[in-house]
Formats: sequence, structure tokens, C-alpha cells
Amino acid sequence: MKRAWRWLIPLSVVPMLALLAYGFRLNPRDVPSPLIGRPASVFTLNTVEGTSVSLEAHRGAVVVVNFWASWCRPACYEEAPVLERAWRAYQDRGLVLIGVDIQDTPDAARQFINDFSLSFPNVRDVTGKVSVDYGVYGVPETFFLDRRGRIRAKHVGAVSEEIFRQHVERLLGEPA
Amino acid sequence: MIPEIGYGGLIAALALAVFGSVAAGVGARTRRSELVQSAQHAAIGVFVLVTLCFALLVYAFLTFDFSVRYVALNTNLGTPFYYRITAVWGALEGSIILWTWMLALYTMIVMLRHRQTSGDLYPWALTTMLGIVAFFLLVMTIPAPPFERLSPIPLEGRGLNPLLQDTGMITHPIALYLGFTGFTVPFAFSLAALITGRVGDEWITTTRRWTIVAWYFLSLGLLIGGWWSYHVLGWGGYWAWDPVENAAFMPWLTGTAFLHSVMIQERRRMLKLWNISLIILTFGLTLFGTFLTRSGVIASVHAFTQGSIGAFFLGFLALVVLTALTLLAWRWDRLHAQGELDSVVSRESVFLLNNVFLVAAAFTVFFGTVFPLLSEAVRGVKVSVGAPFFNQVNIPLFLALIFLMGVGPLIAWRRASADNLKRNFLAPVVIGVVAALVLRLLGIASALAVLALALTVFVAASITVDFVRATRARRRLGEAVLPAMGGLLLRHNRRYGGFVIHLGILVITLGITGSHAWSVQTETTLKRGEAAELAGYRFRFDGLSATEESNHVKVSGFFTVSNGRAGAMTLQPARKFYPQEQAPIAYVDYRLGLKEDLYLVLGDFARDGSQATVKVQVNRLVSWIWIGGLVLTLGAALAILPERRAR
Repeated sequence: MKRAWRWLIPLSVVPMLALLAYGFRLNPRDVPSPLIGRPASVFTLNTVEGTSVSLEAHRGAVVVVNFWASWCRPACYEEAPVLERAWRAYQDRGLVLIGVDIQDTPDAARQFINDFSLSFPNVRDVTGKVSVDYGVYGVPETFFLDRRGRIRAKHVGAVSEEIFRQHVERLLGEPA
Repeated sequence: MIPEIGYGGLIAALALAVFGSVAAGVGARTRRSELVQSAQHAAIGVFVLVTLCFALLVYAFLTFDFSVRYVALNTNLGTPFYYRITAVWGALEGSIILWTWMLALYTMIVMLRHRQTSGDLYPWALTTMLGIVAFFLLVMTIPAPPFERLSPIPLEGRGLNPLLQDTGMITHPIALYLGFTGFTVPFAFSLAALITGRVGDEWITTTRRWTIVAWYFLSLGLLIGGWWSYHVLGWGGYWAWDPVENAAFMPWLTGTAFLHSVMIQERRRMLKLWNISLIILTFGLTLFGTFLTRSGVIASVHAFTQGSIGAFFLGFLALVVLTALTLLAWRWDRLHAQGELDSVVSRESVFLLNNVFLVAAAFTVFFGTVFPLLSEAVRGVKVSVGAPFFNQVNIPLFLALIFLMGVGPLIAWRRASADNLKRNFLAPVVIGVVAALVLRLLGIASALAVLALALTVFVAASITVDFVRATRARRRLGEAVLPAMGGLLLRHNRRYGGFVIHLGILVITLGITGSHAWSVQTETTLKRGEAAELAGYRFRFDGLSATEESNHVKVSGFFTVSNGRAGAMTLQPARKFYPQEQAPIAYVDYRLGLKEDLYLVLGDFARDGSQATVKVQVNRLVSWIWIGGLVLTLGAALAILPERRAR
């Protein structure tokens, strides 16, 4: 048949459609961090009660920094009990867990901490500088720091017990 | 009961739409007019049912019927009356029902207008339109049901997104959707043309005014969206090249190309294939836009619902585009041009160039929008494409388009003689060059701004030259000045409507150029009684006050602003605290002016009112964008008047 190539016209849009279909498999919030492997920027922030917490003071320990907010439903609410359990399990082995509350009101933050009886230190990033330094795109995001203060892994979305254990065990196993 | 009636109504409408679509097609094929007639009754039935369901949903909102999930999620007892109505289309389910209602309305009007006149094309157009209506009804029965029940029934709803509680949100979606759905009509007739093989001018002349209506509403929707962004979002801009904005802009670009290229087909029997491709592309892009907005595939500040809806839209997009292009391939042999391009210096070639630039702009916007997806698929790397890319590529294209806007309407068809060029363009070119020199002498440093403004002057001059000349010609026939002008506008309303639209675009260009070239801003923290200055304005912070509104608490800052000329005025930018939103919403206060807008946004403040941070912007010439929108409206109204032939 002559001009058989014209049937290629409809076929030409198939790759485009396939690309869009592929888009469903992605999470647009899952942004890889260029900070992996780099030294974490240090910060000193106050907790809701006004106690000062400094990252630098924990140099030599494995540190987990978790960014959250009380308005982040449901992910932060899913994650909070997981973090608290993990913290209780690992604090004896020298793990440091710091929660950083961003873009929040003090009352709502306090309520959140009370609701989940969080016992690890939670500081408030009032100016937003720390979340910018860590390239936080949305909450929750969790950063895993090794003993030398470098960011080794980043997790976007609610962290599960398994993910938490996996990163922390690996970092705790490394020599100082 | 209401949810059950609504749900039943939608199912019945779906059944009717499917039946009507099939009946019209079979009727057209077997030439049984009673089947087509039956399809028409189905179309009326669909419209009545969708109207009923829409009214039920509005009623549920007005009476706070929180047993309906959608109502509970998008309103609460504090939502004011007007916003309870606009809340109906504040989220996914309601926008789909609004969309479907408009589509059903357009289908009705098409039926009433064209059933007698448009012969063979009409039944197939009806098939297409009812088929598309059926798809949207299907969406409302499976992935996005507006009447889904909520149990147990909550005592209070969650409330409408505060950003949407604005008058712009009443009109922006309506205009935008009227534009999006409007392109369904020329698309339906183009498919009918392909199916019947009557690919001549018939489908174009039938839908010419429909296309202008759709194009106008789409333009209006984009402008109102800009206005909403400008006075609600508080970043001082009106366009951010966000994926969702791009989604609405792409069909505008290809639709604009289509509006121009059909003139060549009508006049010279050329570009049949191109015109059909353009309308398929335009309609495909409206679906693509909806897909993009609703699927969450590409990250956007317009954070809309995600869910299975994306898969539905992608499936439908695939069905529509593949069907249309297969039909196009099938009719390939009939789509060859009869006319030929005689000369490069002719109106045809200017129009062609205009089309090339518009489609190129649409392509770059498309490319920039899906590039993050492409990059991730191919290289696994996340990137984001921002305003710099879009501006860099599009600004030269738009400047070239403005230039062509001055040339196209005046240059001769077929082959422009040197005489024709001199007669029409000598004066405008000289005026444009003089304008550039004057602007330069006035101290405008930005070459881009000078170029944009000089081109604007050139196009305005070319339109004026044409109008003055035509008026003179009528004067020689003994008419007075004003009747001569009025007669021109009404007799050649299509041509002069187009000119007025061009003037509107020029006015918008002025606003965009001015705001980009000369706007200034500052952000500062002031103690009470302290003052700062920007661009001749002195603004003093006088304190804070908190008030309780029906559904939020508002903290306003008081700023006394003086500029030495007029008396001092008080501006009160505020932050609104909604119980359902943890982050406060900025409430901008502004004074609009023809030369500049003063624009204040309240930032952080001390609770005791002793100090506050404020962002102050002096935005130049932005008002001309909205004025341009009004001019555009006049032009579009003129262009869709029924054409009256000169006696």
C-alpha cells in the first residue's frame, strides 16, 4: 500500500504517552540531596521550653535530624510514634535524635510533642534557616549523620522502623 | 437523600450521553434521521440532568450538608455565603461537574444552532461532543464522585482553602473552563470533517466564532488567574511559569495559531492538514493540562488532589489523540493543499511565520514543563526548569510575534509589491524607530524594554494608519467621521475586532514590559513609629491590630504611606490565621495606579505590636495588563458579532 508511513503519525505520540504513564511511578517530592557525603551544617536552636540544643556538641555520635511540623498530616503523625520507639531503643547505644519543627506555632508544636510523649529533644527552626541549609523540600524529611558529622542518607516522607534501623545500625557499626 | 438523587442523576446522564453518542454516529452512517433526532433528545436530557446535579451540589453547600464528603471537605459553618457557592468548584469533584455542565451546555447550543444548517458534519460532531461528555460523567461516577457519602456525619466541615476565598476564584475557573471546553466544538467538527471526508472549509466556517469564543475565554481565564496570583498570593507577580499555568498557556498558544491559520485556508485553500493538526493539538493540550493539574505527576505550587483520576485522564488523552491522528492518517490524501505559496513577501507567509513562532513557543513551554519527567525517566536525575529558561526562549519569540502582528494584517495577499510595502509600512516603521530613539533619550537603559516598547508603537501605528486610511475612504463617499468609523467597525467587524484584540495584546505587552523593567522592592523590619523609604514613598509602621472574622483571625499592620505629592494614606496588609491551616495566609494591601502600584505584604511581627517585617513593592505599569484584558474583551465581542457584508 502506498504511503504506508502515514500510519506512523498516530504512533509518534506513543512515546510521549508512555513517558506520562511513567510519571505515575514517581514521587515528585522525592528530591535527591546533593548534600549526601558532605558535612552537615551545624546549628544551635532552642526547644519549645527554651533549652538550647547544639548539633556541634554531639560530634562523634551518630545523629538523626528529623524535620517535622504539627500541620503535616498524616505523615508526621504516622512517624512520631515510630521515632519515639526507635529513640528509646537506641539512646543507650549513643544515638542522638533531634527533631526540628519548621513553619509552626509554639502552641501547636507543644501539643504535638505532648500528644506523642516525645522524649527526644525537639527544637524550633523559627527563622527557617536550618531547613534551608538542609534543603528541606517538605515535611517530614529525615537526615542520618555519621560520627564525623557528614550527612550519609536522607529519607523523604514518614520514616519506618525498618528504614530507621537499617541506616542507624550501619552508621553505629562504623568506627569513629 | 440528596447524595442518592445526585448520584442517580449522574448515572442516568452517563447512560444518555453514551446512547446519544452512539445514536448520532449510527444515524449519520445509515442516514436515519430519526436516530440523530433521538441523539438530540439525549443531549437535552444530559444537559437537564447535569444541571440538576450541579444545582443539588450547590444546594448541599448552601445548607451545609456535611453528609456529603465533598461538602464537608470544602466548607465549614463559618464559610460566607458567596464562598459557599464558589467552594462548589474549589476542588476536583466540583470542578469536574462544572466542566461537564459547560460541555453539556455547549453541546446543546451547538445542537440548536447547527442542526438545520451544517448537514453531514453535524451528527458526527454531536457524536464526538456527547462522547467527551460521557467521559467526564464516567470520571464523576468512578474516580471523583461529588456525591460520595461521609459517615458518621461530622458536625463541622474542614473549610475551603483560604487562598481560594477570593472573588478572582469565582471567575477564574469559569472563564478558564469555558475556554477549555469551548475548544471541544471546533475539535468535534474537525473530527466530523475527517470522518466524512469533507475536509474543506465547511468545518472551519461553521466553527469560526466558536473558536473566537473559546480563545477569548481562555485568554480571560489566564488574565484573571494572573490577577488572582498578583493580589492574593503576595509575591508581587502574576506569572511564574508554573506547570499548571503552562498547562493553560499551551492551548492558548496553539489556539492563537489556529485562529490565524484558518484565515489562510478560507482565503487560499491552503493548510488543510495543518489546521486539522492544530485543532487536534489544541484540544489534546487542554486534556493534557487537566491531566497535569490533576495527576500530580509534575510537582507544582498548585497542589491539587492526586489519585486514580490521573490514569483516567491519561487513558482518555491517549484515546482522543490516537483516534484523531489515525483518522488524519486515513484521510491523508484528501488533505493536500490546493493553493501554493506565491511569494515569501506576502500575507500568507507572514501568517505561516506567526504559526511557526506560536507553535515553537508552545513546544518550548511543553518541553520545559515535561523536561523534569523526561530527565528522571532517562537519566534518573531530578531537575527543575524555572522561569529563566522559559523567559529566555519565549521573549524573543514573543517580540517576533509582536512584529508580525504589525505586518500581517496590512501586507498584501499572494505577493506584496514594493509599492504596497511602502504605502503601508513606511510611516509605522519611521514612527517605531523614532519611538525607540525617544525612549533611549529619555534614559531607558534596558535594550529589551526599548525594543519591546518600540515594537508596540510600530504595531499601534500600523493599525492606526490602516484605520485612518479606511475612514478617509468612507469620508470620500460622503460619510461623517464618526459614522464612517462606526460603519467600518461594524461592517468589517471580523477584521477590526482582530485589530482591537491586537491593541489589547499591545497594552498587555506594555504592562509586562514595564513591570519587568522598572519594578522595585524592599523588605525591612520596622519598630513602631519607625519609617523607611522606597522609590519616593515613605512608609511608617504604626502598629498592629487583631480582629476576629467569621472564619479566621486577622492580624493587620498599619502603615502610613506618603509620597510628597498626595496626602498620606494608610495601608493595612495583614496575615490571616485559619484554624484549619497551620501556616498563616498573607493578605496583601495595595493601591493600584496607571503608572505604578504600591504593594505591601506583612511578614513576621512581634506579638505585642512593637515591630513588624514588611515587604514593599512598587510595581510599574502592571495595571495595563488588566486594562489590556478589557480591550481584548471589546475586540472579541466585536469579532464574534455576525458578519455583515458591505452593501
